[in-house]
Amino acid sequence: MNNSVFFGALTVAGLAAGAAAAGTLDDVKARDKLNCGVTTGLVGFAAPNANGEWEGFDVAVCRAVAAAVLGDSTKVEFVPTTGKTRFTALASGEIDMLARNTTWTFSRDVDLKFEFVGVNYYDGQGFMVPKELGVSSAKELDGATVCIQTGTTTELNLADFFRSNNISYEPVPIETNAEAQQQYLAGACDVFTTDASGLAATRATFDDPTVHVVLPEIVSKEPLGPLVRHGDNEWGDVVRWTLNALIAAEELGVTSANLTEMTSGTNNPEVNRLLGTEGTLGEMLGLEADWAVNALSVGGNYGEIFAKNIGEDTPIGLARGLNAQWTDGGLLYTPPFR
Amino acid sequence: MSDQTTNSVAYVAETMLPELPPPARETGVIKWLRQNLFSNFANSILTLVSLWAIYVLLSNTLPWILNGVWTTSSLNECREVLDNKVGACFSVLTERWHQLLYGFKYPIDAYWRPNFALVLLLVAAAPVLFFDLPRKMLAFTAVYPFIAFWLIWGGTIMTPIVAFIGFAAGAAIFQIYGKKSFAIGFFGAIGAALVVWIVGGALIPEGASDSAWLSAVPSRDLGGFMLNLMLGVTCVSLSLPLGIALALGRQSDMPLIKWICVVFIEFVRGVPLITLLFVASVMLSYFFPPESTVDLFLRVVIMITMFSSAYIAEVIRGGLAALPKGQYEAADSLGLDYPQAMRLIILPQALKISIPGIVNVAVGLFKDTTLVSVISMFDLVGMIRGPVLASTEWNGVYWELLGFAAVLFFVVCYGISQYSQWLERRLATDHR
Repeated sequence: MNNSVFFGALTVAGLAAGAAAAGTLDDVKARDKLNCGVTTGLVGFAAPNANGEWEGFDVAVCRAVAAAVLGDSTKVEFVPTTGKTRFTALASGEIDMLARNTTWTFSRDVDLKFEFVGVNYYDGQGFMVPKELGVSSAKELDGATVCIQTGTTTELNLADFFRSNNISYEPVPIETNAEAQQQYLAGACDVFTTDASGLAATRATFDDPTVHVVLPEIVSKEPLGPLVRHGDNEWGDVVRWTLNALIAAEELGVTSANLTEMTSGTNNPEVNRLLGTEGTLGEMLGLEADWAVNALSVGGNYGEIFAKNIGEDTPIGLARGLNAQWTDGGLLYTPPFR
Repeated sequence: MSDQTTNSVAYVAETMLPELPPPARETGVIKWLRQNLFSNFANSILTLVSLWAIYVLLSNTLPWILNGVWTTSSLNECREVLDNKVGACFSVLTERWHQLLYGFKYPIDAYWRPNFALVLLLVAAAPVLFFDLPRKMLAFTAVYPFIAFWLIWGGTIMTPIVAFIGFAAGAAIFQIYGKKSFAIGFFGAIGAALVVWIVGGALIPEGASDSAWLSAVPSRDLGGFMLNLMLGVTCVSLSLPLGIALALGRQSDMPLIKWICVVFIEFVRGVPLITLLFVASVMLSYFFPPESTVDLFLRVVIMITMFSSAYIAEVIRGGLAALPKGQYEAADSLGLDYPQAMRLIILPQALKISIPGIVNVAVGLFKDTTLVSVISMFDLVGMIRGPVLASTEWNGVYWELLGFAAVLFFVVCYGISQYSQWLERRLATDHR
């Protein structure tokens, strides 16, 4: 509630007409702050800690972009969005980028006019059942009652999976994830289904996680990634290559521990180009030469961020799986830095 | 006489018998029990069933509460400490209470500001709620919104001062010209206020808030139960006068005013509050250009106020309809004009009739403020559903958090309810 309230919309409209014309990158630099949309809270991916600082896997992407563009990972305004408000917040310009475990789909990319700049987590829908049920494969779930969140893609995936395998099920529709956990624990349904990362996080909160198993089948593709608005390719490039820099750093062996050492020059020309000691990659993006160094100094490379927020040593305990480097049999494969 | 009596009657008691205690079943606890709990067979059965229900309830909740753990730093530690015994994990409250009350971004060293504003609110509300208090205290009530704004949002003190001068100028213009013609006074007041705000707003130097004594806190950083209280207090106090105006407008003889009020009330009442909130948070950001949108808190206040004023208008219309026509005619026959008749005769009676309905709307509105959590504002429920339950430490703690929220809301709502009952007793002058 500042003075603009009193001035009314007219003055305000004039002021903003100028601002909207410039590119997002210039806007962010002029504002000296990145507006990054995150979720209102998802275990491991984004949540404020006891001191009110945002932490998590998606948050790390925001911080890396802020560090790359502004040289300071704290210059981020985290705008919490719900599943319903996230796309309008991005489309209306309230946020510069959205890093909110959003699935990259055709219609979101094409019809909603957004640009997914990459994938920071390959997820997929899975099933969790109590161990005492003795089920070892989702195909043995004939006639099971399934707790499922309504209005999500998981609901549609579930129907597809059971129909294509010619088995029947009885859905127990549920509004929120928290409610689903309670219903599942109370025995209102035999199976709980949602994204595999969510299943792992949920299972970790159970009193005795060992009596529940996550079945091996993954029945859908849920590539989650940050996205920006259509039509501002320079800004899209900045976010895309910041994410790629995090992934490439892991592949090239650049970690937060050896970052300073590597910045003084190495024998690997690609590392040198990435860290800005050779070539002009930063300049091409419209950033400083050490943009990637700044991004990496926040939380290290992709692998370190993964391990710190959702990896096997955290309560969530996700294995790398699909999210390993391509050299380790995963799907992470960044185009070369040259 | 006495001889005759002695002869004709075999025995006469000459002394009083000592008083016996009343029969055990007609006194004390036993009498109360017999009268209230076991007066007949059906009641006895019901009493026993109720006792059993209370026992089951307490035997399940009391160990849970008494065994509660208050000092651990995560749910898993709670479970280790409890070691499979039943017990609550209240540690989440001891660790996150400040986030639940103030939101997670309000600066911790500034918590005294909303606290002080709350204390001042009690002082400011007292003369409005309890009319035995001296009327001079109302002066503080008039200044209070600006003090509270300054305390909670911080920033330069010039902003609330300019806002206050604007209102004061408008009120002064209305006092001077409003007596001759309501229209001149009304629009003159709005014009004067706008002039003061625009000129005053331009005079406030750019960046004055950066160096202010109270650091500026943006609306986005407000949260927790503080946000619920702020929304509730602001919206109830704004929607009451607006609701009265709408109710009177709906009964007006002037077709334009009447139809504006009817359309407004019927439209707003026909739309769910959550829809209005989505409009406030999502649609309006399309209409306003980025960077310069009207503050989200203000947008939400406007929408909730619109919503509740439409309901309050209908409640008050019920009160107006309950008055016999003679009251209106009496006012006319005394030669009172419309404002006088309303102020002195009609509204005092109509509002008194409407008190239960108004309080009903107010309590409902206060609880409805939790709906702002769906548009990603972190009110008490938003804090619980979002940040606290999404932290790796506390994911899975439900009863403790939601019970805490329920207790807070119950205290406030029960307080409102008790006040309204006191008010009804205090105002009960007739039908006795």
